[in-house]
Amino acid sequence: MSSPEQPAHPGRGEALYAVRGLCRRFGDRSVLDDLSFDVMRGECLVVLGRSGSGKSLTLRQLNGLDEAEAGSVLFEGTDLVQLTERQLYPLRRRIAMLFQSAALFDSIDVLENVAFPLREHGGLSEEEIRERVAGSLAWVGLSGIEDRMPAALSGGMKKRVALARSLVQEPEVVLFDEPTAGLDPVTSATIASLIRSTQAEFGTTSVVVTHDLRLAREVGDRVALLDGGRFCFIGTWEQAERSTDPALRAFLEGRQPPSEEDIDAA
Amino acid sequence: MQQAAPRILLDYGAPLRHVGNLSMLAGRGLTALVRPPYEFRSWLHQMEHLGVSSLGVAAVTTLFTGMVLALQTAYSLPELGVKYYIGSVVSKSLTRELGPVLVALIVGGRIGSGMTAELGTMKVTEQIDAMRSMAADPVKKLVVPKLAASLIMLPVLTILGDFLGILGGLFIATNQLNLSYGLYTNDVLQALTLGDVLNGLGKSVFFALFIAIIGCYNGLTASGGAEGVGRATTRTVVWASIMVLVSDFFLTKLFHVLT
Repeated sequence: MSSPEQPAHPGRGEALYAVRGLCRRFGDRSVLDDLSFDVMRGECLVVLGRSGSGKSLTLRQLNGLDEAEAGSVLFEGTDLVQLTERQLYPLRRRIAMLFQSAALFDSIDVLENVAFPLREHGGLSEEEIRERVAGSLAWVGLSGIEDRMPAALSGGMKKRVALARSLVQEPEVVLFDEPTAGLDPVTSATIASLIRSTQAEFGTTSVVVTHDLRLAREVGDRVALLDGGRFCFIGTWEQAERSTDPALRAFLEGRQPPSEEDIDAA
Repeated sequence: MQQAAPRILLDYGAPLRHVGNLSMLAGRGLTALVRPPYEFRSWLHQMEHLGVSSLGVAAVTTLFTGMVLALQTAYSLPELGVKYYIGSVVSKSLTRELGPVLVALIVGGRIGSGMTAELGTMKVTEQIDAMRSMAADPVKKLVVPKLAASLIMLPVLTILGDFLGILGGLFIATNQLNLSYGLYTNDVLQALTLGDVLNGLGKSVFFALFIAIIGCYNGLTASGGAEGVGRATTRTVVWASIMVLVSDFFLTKLFHVLT
């Protein structure tokens, strides 16, 4: 427990990530075009955007899973774009990612799935590993399912097991790719609650990519809208509500964004 | 016309890019294979998965090939009395050529496509990315056990196939061609040398390397959902078969020079 004089999570508020001029192309199509933003330590940044706008691609840049043609992704001053796969390993132990499909290894049971990062990094006894796995599964409310195979789990349970696997290595950053996609409203609320409580309890920095406005409002300290390869808006929810940005207004109100001709005419 | 030149270069570039990527994966796989830590449990699991479950198909293929070889040899040149040399023909043909090639084509097609299907499914369901995001090397975790199992099990299956093929020849020789057991086995033992067996085994090691690398490469680069995995699996069977047959020619020349 931290003393009252000490901040609960030291360093909170300073920029953990500084993304500058990031460009990513697929053939002739430019998906990320001079994208720049910061992620502050301890915050939850929600990235909104239409399907195919490059949200997941942006997220994958934050742990070096995807490459970039230009620009930099500075994590505590280290440019992830310049690092080799092997050089990224120490950083990836601090940055967990929850995938849209949960991405559990379907040939091994829940215990081995959650224990995977612990076994991979070594240094723990079998007893310690089982203890950490049990603790992580208890945190997501799924105690006692260690011997089940992923195929025997529902979509929501898979997401929670994947979250347990992400948290078992006690990461500083958790990247969430569409954490509530394909889930019913009740399970979505459970996931949202877990994201919020994880951040509060462990002081993690979170970046959440979603279409789900309810989730975005529940967990986001700041919100960003990706449009045309860059953020057309980034700010707090209060700022978002007051914003007159046509693309943001259209997205929040669930209608087609105005065309350039409409804007010119207005 | 101005756009034609780059298009032509692009068309020729794709196969070259695949060859380059396959060579790099082979290099990374072999380096990771000899570098500790060794995950012997995964190796054993793959050996069981790839090797033991292929025993039946390898046995049937080589047994009947040995029988057909014996029959064809006797039927084709009866006036030359070739049937008295059936042991030599069957054993030499099987150990040097047919055993390794047939096992590689039949078993290799099966295990190579299995590797592609498994890794391709993992790729399109983001399991490979999940592994990378947890600072684990997919080559070490996924490719190396499959490569090790192939390098061990394909020569083992080839030896077994050679033995069964020769047994098939014996069955035909004694039951259809009225040769004695002693005549056939003496002929086999006199004709067959250690060099013949090693020649075949050497080929099967190279075939195992090609099949495992092609299978894993197509899996790791699969995209486009279930349809993409299906396409990648077909590609593996085609590439692996062609690679086995083409490399067989060059390996035959190489081993001829070496022995």
